[in-house]
Amino acid sequence: MDKFLNVALPKGRLGEKVYDMFEKAGYPCPSIKENNRKLIFENQKLGIRFFWVKPSDVAIYVERGAADVGVAGKDILVEYKPDVYELADLQMGKCSMCVAGKKDFVDNRNKTLRVATKFVNIAKEYYSSQGRDIDIIALNGSIELAPILNLSDVIVDIVETGTTLKENDLEVVERFLPISARLIANKSSFKFKTEIIEDVRKKLTDLL
Amino acid sequence: MDNILSVLTPEESVYLTLRALYSGYGYKKYRMAKFEEYDLYAKNKDYLVSENVITFTDTDGKLMALKPDVTLSIVKNSKDVDGVMKVYYDENVYRVSKGTKSFKEIMQSGLECIGAVTQQTVQEVLLLASKSLEVISDSFVLSVSHLDIIKEVLKTLPTSESENSLIIKYLSERNLPAIKAFFDEKGIVSEGKDAILSIASLYGSPKKVASELKKFKISESYDFAVSELLSVTDNLENAVIDFSVVNDLSYYNGIAFKGFIEGVPTSVISGGEYDNLMKKMNKPYKAIGFAVYLDEISRIKGE
Repeated sequence: MDKFLNVALPKGRLGEKVYDMFEKAGYPCPSIKENNRKLIFENQKLGIRFFWVKPSDVAIYVERGAADVGVAGKDILVEYKPDVYELADLQMGKCSMCVAGKKDFVDNRNKTLRVATKFVNIAKEYYSSQGRDIDIIALNGSIELAPILNLSDVIVDIVETGTTLKENDLEVVERFLPISARLIANKSSFKFKTEIIEDVRKKLTDLL
Repeated sequence: MDNILSVLTPEESVYLTLRALYSGYGYKKYRMAKFEEYDLYAKNKDYLVSENVITFTDTDGKLMALKPDVTLSIVKNSKDVDGVMKVYYDENVYRVSKGTKSFKEIMQSGLECIGAVTQQTVQEVLLLASKSLEVISDSFVLSVSHLDIIKEVLKTLPTSESENSLIIKYLSERNLPAIKAFFDEKGIVSEGKDAILSIASLYGSPKKVASELKKFKISESYDFAVSELLSVTDNLENAVIDFSVVNDLSYYNGIAFKGFIEGVPTSVISGGEYDNLMKKMNKPYKAIGFAVYLDEISRIKGE
C-alpha cells in the first residue's frame, strides 16, 4: 500500500503560499520550485508527495482518496459539502462570500430576485434561510458583468478587496460567510496515516 | 468442480465468507420482498441515507417502493421477539449515487440484533464488525464512539437544539477550530466546553484515551457511557475511539461505529444501536446492527 502522504495543493498564488507553509513546517520538497510543467513532486526521504490541482477540485481529490490531505477554500467546502475532515484553519486566502449589486440597488421583495453566481448551493441556502424567492443564474466567470448587463439583480461571489466591484460601479450589499484556506483530510486516510497527518496539522497550526 | 470458488468475483467471495461468519455465530438469514409500502419510508425520511426512493403503483393502487434500506423492513416485521432476534441479510438496495445523481443498485450485507440487547450483544456485534473487516483486508480500523457521551456533555451546555446539531456536525468533521470559534463567540466557559474540545481531538486505542475521558465530571450517565465504551472495545482488534462517528441522534443512541479499509476512501461498515428508531416505530425492543458496503472493494482486491 502507498505509504506516501499525498497532498493536493490548489494551483496558483494561494497554493504557493501554502507550499511555503509546508516547507517551514518541516515538509519541504525542493523540486517543486523548479520551473517546469511537472504535476507531481516527491520528497522520498520524508515520504511526502505534492501535486497541483485546480482549486475547486482539491476537495474531490481528498474525498475520493486520491489525495490524503489537501488545502481548500471554505467556499468550496460549503458549496460541495465533501465528506472530509476539516483539521485546521490556515488563516490565509482570507475573503468573504458576499451579495453585491449595482450602487443604486434596492431589493424589491415584490419580485423574484435574480441572482448570478458560481456558488449555486451557497446562494440557494442563503436566500432560502431568509425565505426569499430567487432565480439562480449559474455562471462560470466574470460574474460582475451580470448586474451591469441586467442579466441579474445581484451576484453572490467571493470578495477580497472589493476593487473589481468598485471599478465596475458595484458594491457589497452584505457579507455573510468569512472564507479562508482549510487543511482537509480524507476520513479513511486519517485512520491509516494518523501519525503523519496529525504531525502535519500540528506543525502547520504552530506556524499560525 | 474443484475450482468452483475461482470463478467468484472478489465481492461474491466476500459475501459468501460473511454469510458463513454470521451463521456460524447463530444469525439466521433474513430474506425479504423486493418492495415495501412507500409509507414506511415517508415516515422515516431522515433515517434514510438518501431521501429519494423509487416508487410505483401496485395493481391495487397502493404506492410501493423499491427498498432503499433493509433495517426499516426488519424492524417493521419484528414482533413476538423472545430474548434477542439475530438476523443477517444480503440484499440489493436502491439509492441515489452522489456522483451521478441517479438511482443505483447497491449490494448490501449486514446484521441486526433486536430484543433484549445487553452489553454482551453489543460486544458480539462489534466483534463481528471487526471480523467482517478482516475478511476484506488485514489492514482495517474500526472507529467506535458513544453517542450518550456526546449527548450528556451537550446537555450541560447553554446551547440551543440547532447549535447542538452544529457542534455535532463539527465533531463529524474533526473541526476543532470551528468548535473553538463557536465557544469563543458565545463566551462559554465550562467543563462541558473542555469536554467537547477534548473529545473532538481525541483519537486512539481505548487504553490511550481512557484517562482523558474519565477526567471530566459531567454526570452519572456520562460516567456510565464512558465505562461502557471502554469495556465493549477492550481487546477488540484495531479498534479506535473516534467521536467523529456521529449518527443522527433522533434514531441512534449508545454505541456507534464505522469500519475502514486501507485504500478504500469511504467507510465500508456503518452501524450502531438504534433504540430511538425502535421507539419511533412503536417497538418495545432495543436494537443494534450494522451494514457492510462492498461496492468499492473490487478496486482494492484487484482482478
